[in-house]
Amino acid sequence: MSRKSTRLDLRPTDGKVLDVNDLHVEFRTRDGVAKAINGVTFSLSHSETLAILGESGSGKSVTAQAIMGILDTPPAYVTGGQVNYCGTDLLKMEEKDMRRVRGDHIAMIFQDALSSLNPVFPVGWQIAEMFRVHRGMNRSDAQAEAVKLMERVRIPAAKERAGNYPHQFSGGMRQRIMIAMAIALNPRVLIADEPTTALDVTVQAQIMTLLKELQEESGMGLILITHDLGVVADVADDIAVMYCGRFVEHCDVHRLYANPAHPYTVGLIDSIPRLDQKGEQLYAIGGLPPSLTNLPTGCSFNPRCRFATDKCRTPGAPPLIEVEDGRFAACYHTEEVLNRERV
Amino acid sequence: MSESELSSGSEPRRALTPSGVGPTTEDLGPTRASRHVGVEPILSARNLTKYYPLSSGVIRHTVGHVKAVDGVSFDLFPGETLGIVGESGCGKSTLGRLLVSLEKPTSGSIIFQGQDITTLRGSQMRRLRRDIQIVFQDPYTSLDPRKTVGDIIAEPFKIHPEVVPAGRRQARVKELLELVGLNPEHINRYPHEFSGGQRQRIGIARGIALNPKVLVCDEPVSALDVSVQAQVVNLLVRLQKDLNLAYIFVAHDLSVVRHISDRVGVMYLGRFMEMGDEDQIYDRSTHPYTQALMSAVPVPDPEARDKRELIVLHGDVPSPANPPSACRFHTRCWRAHEDCSVKVPELLPRDDGAGGHDSACLYAEVFSKASEDITAADQVG
Repeated sequence: MSRKSTRLDLRPTDGKVLDVNDLHVEFRTRDGVAKAINGVTFSLSHSETLAILGESGSGKSVTAQAIMGILDTPPAYVTGGQVNYCGTDLLKMEEKDMRRVRGDHIAMIFQDALSSLNPVFPVGWQIAEMFRVHRGMNRSDAQAEAVKLMERVRIPAAKERAGNYPHQFSGGMRQRIMIAMAIALNPRVLIADEPTTALDVTVQAQIMTLLKELQEESGMGLILITHDLGVVADVADDIAVMYCGRFVEHCDVHRLYANPAHPYTVGLIDSIPRLDQKGEQLYAIGGLPPSLTNLPTGCSFNPRCRFATDKCRTPGAPPLIEVEDGRFAACYHTEEVLNRERV
Repeated sequence: MSESELSSGSEPRRALTPSGVGPTTEDLGPTRASRHVGVEPILSARNLTKYYPLSSGVIRHTVGHVKAVDGVSFDLFPGETLGIVGESGCGKSTLGRLLVSLEKPTSGSIIFQGQDITTLRGSQMRRLRRDIQIVFQDPYTSLDPRKTVGDIIAEPFKIHPEVVPAGRRQARVKELLELVGLNPEHINRYPHEFSGGQRQRIGIARGIALNPKVLVCDEPVSALDVSVQAQVVNLLVRLQKDLNLAYIFVAHDLSVVRHISDRVGVMYLGRFMEMGDEDQIYDRSTHPYTQALMSAVPVPDPEARDKRELIVLHGDVPSPANPPSACRFHTRCWRAHEDCSVKVPELLPRDDGAGGHDSACLYAEVFSKASEDITAADQVG
């Protein structure tokens, strides 16, 4: 057996499988330095689901890529922080070890399943590759494992379909294949980057149900990256709301929806069309997200914020502080936001 | 269906119903559409179909057809919004393109202000295009990157010079920019200098440049972020009020459609499964497909998590090249009876417990949790 075939021995020390501390990532481009992530801190426990919610450009996917160590360098550089997995800093790990962490310990699924699969190999072969490469299995054993996995993600007639190519599957089935590959080696952390964005609602419901069931079976920690407030409300335990590369609010899902503590979260939740506001103006956050190469001084949200004062424009972003028990927000006016007049 | 029936006007909903079948509108309570009794629909479709040929072999002979739109009828009244929802591949975008004559229908008719537009040619067609315009989904590919915003919005005036005299065009473009909430001084900028939401506003400005009466919005907010989506939806609502536009609003986001629509049609494999007022479709749907679709929409409220009844549909949408017989939904329907594969269900008003509305199901019934037809295996929640 090759050296690769053994699992890297990493075990959680204090119940936390993943602990990200003050992560900074920047993109050095011709137009200047884009600060994509500016100090992200969170931890993930066994069986926990953390949703990272944000709009395009907020840095949610870059956070995931930094954890996986798959950022394109250049232009992206990790300029600070740690990503501790079971007590080991992944950012300091050598690439050859990191390759054994990916898939085996931390796995990821992407939004676009079609472009993540290789079009010229049968899907069964691609799933089996996980076992051949990471576990040193021979072809027939690996193929048998692949079929078992396809059954586990509820692909009908798995044995027959293992020989099919990605284009012969529908969008939902392709995403199931991606999930099969991701959970093949029983990872402790699964990062799902917009797993249902490209899918229809009926298929989206199937995939989210599947992810929940798999998590219950295996107890893996799940990081769900999404922009859809509806999906989050259904599955997440905790939510982190990202804006311009920072967590602006981080708390359990119930309190966040009931009464958000950050003006940006307020705006997001109020802009969902509601029944009792039918025909009226939707609440809309004014303006546009700022350019990452030229962030506003102070709080990045201040130009669009109705609570903003001069303090919000003084240099230095507001820190993410505990405003209630277990609830974090990065705003100077949290009191005011929590006690605001409801629309 | 004959022309005379269509233009009768006094009973616009009757025209959808093959005579002598099922209950008529009069038997059932008032619907929002009945407010339109006596009002001429501005745009109607009757048995509209669009088949795309499938070819095979060296000589590319036709081996079948993709039935993208297969027998669709509806009325759109002035100033109202008809939402069209459905999964990808159900034909909702093709329907939108048929209505603006970007595609030629295989059969059926589209009646705009009493005139069948599928037969128009040349200058008549050009004249008509002024009145029915479209806003596309992707604001990144629907604007020419080498033209300035001013050129893009003024382009309709080149084709229809009679609308605005040449000397006033620049001023009109600035007016339009202001109307959609953009800075008129940005008239000489290029599309790449704008964000997604701003580009969609440019697309909307181009759509309303010729003062159309009907605007087909094909997934206008799907490509936008949540916070920007609300801005564009508000803009569309405001423009509708100010300009008295009628919208066909094609989208897959059911909560946005509910917010903006007066009536909603649910499409599946090229046909309407159900059509009615917004509250009839969302609160009292009688078609199992609509019910499954509604139940699958994630509710942005964590407290509702365990209370929701989620109907999980099995399998995928069948191929529109070879759709199931009779009721197209019977292969995935949890309420299917034997005759569902034999007897074609018409889109007829069927009882929903409070009046009634159009539904294409032989066993139309308002969804109730106690319904025995749903087995435990089909239910997750």
